[in-house]
Amino acid sequence: MLSFISRRLGTMALTMLCLTLVVFFLINLEPNLRKLAISQTEMRTTSDQLESWLQRNGYRQNFFIRYGQWLGVVQKQPNIDPATGQAVPRFRFCNEPAVPTYSGILQGDFGCSTKFKTPVATKLFPALGATGILMFWVLATMVPIALLIGILAGMREGSRTDRTLSIASIATTATPEYVSGVIFTVIFASWLGWLNGSAASASQGITFYNFTLPVMTLAIYGIGYIARMTRASMVEVMTQQYIRTARLKGLSFGNVVVKHALRNALIAPFTVIMLQFPWLLTGVVIVEVMFRYQGFGYTLVEAAGNNDIDLLLGCSLVSVFIVLITQLISDVGYAYLNPRIRVQ
Amino acid sequence: MQIEYIGAFQTFLGVLARFWPVWLAMAIVLVASFNFRKHLGLYGQLFDSGVGIAGVSICFFWLFTAIFAAKVAPFDPLSQIPIMKDALPGAIEPASKQVYLFGGDKLARDVFSRMVYGSQIVLIIAPAATAFALMVGITLGLPAGYYGGRIDSFLSFLANLVLAFPVILLFYLLVTPGIMDTPIPYAMAGVFFLFPIIFFSTLFYTRFKGRPERIYLLLGLTLLIGGWVYAGLVFNADPFGIIHIDPNQLNIFVAVVFASSPGVFRIVRGLTMDIKTRDYVAAAQTRGETPWYIMLWEILPNARGPLIVDACLRIGYTTILLGTLGYFGLGLAPESPDWGTAIKDASRLLRSFIHPALPPTIALMSFVLGLNLLADALREQSMKD
Repeated sequence: MLSFISRRLGTMALTMLCLTLVVFFLINLEPNLRKLAISQTEMRTTSDQLESWLQRNGYRQNFFIRYGQWLGVVQKQPNIDPATGQAVPRFRFCNEPAVPTYSGILQGDFGCSTKFKTPVATKLFPALGATGILMFWVLATMVPIALLIGILAGMREGSRTDRTLSIASIATTATPEYVSGVIFTVIFASWLGWLNGSAASASQGITFYNFTLPVMTLAIYGIGYIARMTRASMVEVMTQQYIRTARLKGLSFGNVVVKHALRNALIAPFTVIMLQFPWLLTGVVIVEVMFRYQGFGYTLVEAAGNNDIDLLLGCSLVSVFIVLITQLISDVGYAYLNPRIRVQ
Repeated sequence: MQIEYIGAFQTFLGVLARFWPVWLAMAIVLVASFNFRKHLGLYGQLFDSGVGIAGVSICFFWLFTAIFAAKVAPFDPLSQIPIMKDALPGAIEPASKQVYLFGGDKLARDVFSRMVYGSQIVLIIAPAATAFALMVGITLGLPAGYYGGRIDSFLSFLANLVLAFPVILLFYLLVTPGIMDTPIPYAMAGVFFLFPIIFFSTLFYTRFKGRPERIYLLLGLTLLIGGWVYAGLVFNADPFGIIHIDPNQLNIFVAVVFASSPGVFRIVRGLTMDIKTRDYVAAAQTRGETPWYIMLWEILPNARGPLIVDACLRIGYTTILLGTLGYFGLGLAPESPDWGTAIKDASRLLRSFIHPALPPTIALMSFVLGLNLLADALREQSMKD
């Protein structure tokens, strides 16, 4: 088991290295750098001035050296002002050491956000916290509802309950967040006036009034998928020999479902729930933009829209890390939960 | 000048009436398919269940709407008639006496016509991108599953790399106005669009190797048609000027294919690993068939059931992806009538007007629902066999 986990962690590190390299390459394409230079010099500048800005701030160094600096395996050189010979920071809102240092991701330095004019860490981690709260509520509503629907539907395959619930869950998988968000806002905010169509005030304090719509919107798309998987797993378990044995020895149907079927039927959905995280990430971005909630997704969109290099790299690192770690947890957890695999 | 309105019931009748070419075409196709369902194989079996009929009907509805868009839509999707700005549903346009059935949006365009024309964009890009993703996924997934070993580890690593990207981040990196100045989209298009040509060439070559008269014809046709489409799409150099794609549409297309082919790859790889242990594959190996013949003519046809189901789901998923792109204003032109862009525009103004938001959302939802129902019915049918 240990060697399995360490091998997986190795693959994970390699994947993250490759992915950040790709992201680094795509962000540092020539048109993107020019866009950044234009937005940072803040006035109509000639292309010579843009070029000298890029030159001065070290964007013209070798690609791999810059990647190494970001990663923290190559020393970051201080920015020397040619007129005075003093070291000046590249951006006045971030401190930089005046001597060459290793200062990258590996040392915990995420760099400097050019859009929010602050170090990336002070922007990114509060945003992650905000999104964490959203995610918690989404999972707290999504998982129980989805499992309940799946179990009720899979208990008696082909019954009327099964058909109704199956079609309902197919319908929710056909409703992406930007569709359900609009429909829910129309119904609950514009028409009934029960809920607030914007979660901007949720940063100060979460209330039922301002937080229900984002949670609902985000949960509904995932419910259908998890419920379908739970149903399939439940249907399979209900045809097993031991269920028939339990029924034949006179146990009540409810007893069989709760005591014998449920535990075995929940192994597969566990994996599915874990693998839902990458999907939730996309959903988070849509929902946070739609309801103006200042979290991770909102930060990502702002970073991408303004070509904020360090912030966007930080965001991609975090999201890729989340995707990979949930994959790892789902594999390990599956092996742990399923005795048939554990033995091998 | 005062705008006149027609009532809600009249609006409803008006919408039904505008769709007359669609109803007619649907009636012909559905009645014909229902009567001949015994002879139509898997497609005919769909008509045995209510879910299947619902799925087929919804898909045909949007297919015919896209085909007859010019007949169904009363207005041009881009033309603005200033007096109709934010008009409520059922407003009569004074000049032509035509009705803005679902009202006007903030730029005074007809919401109904935009919804109808939006279906064209979705129904061209989504199935085509899915088809390309299938080609890429199949061509790479078959050898990965069949040979295993190094090829498998390498290709699986690449697939997992793409899958580890959150889709939205991928789109923000790949579909930006800036990237069109670089050769990256064209290079990616050049690679992806090569796969169908490789796929069909190998397909015909392995089958008709011993029959020169057939193989020269088929290979020639594949290379000719493939090369023609390839030149038109990648280099924008179609000698006849028929095949042409806008740079930003190419960009979207490539990004969508890139995002969904690893999924197909995984499914094909899994199916191949399962099927290659069957007896008929062993028989073919004993006969001395080449590996590619076995993959393409023994394994692939037997994997078609799950692949068809997956293709249906994937078209729906691609539609959702296109909507996401539109919602974030990536790639598609800002005035484009596609559903995602329309949802984005309308959702910003939900506090004042809700009518421009509902038609595109319901359209997108119903189309994806139709595809999902279709996939579900197909899965049920293939389970019965």
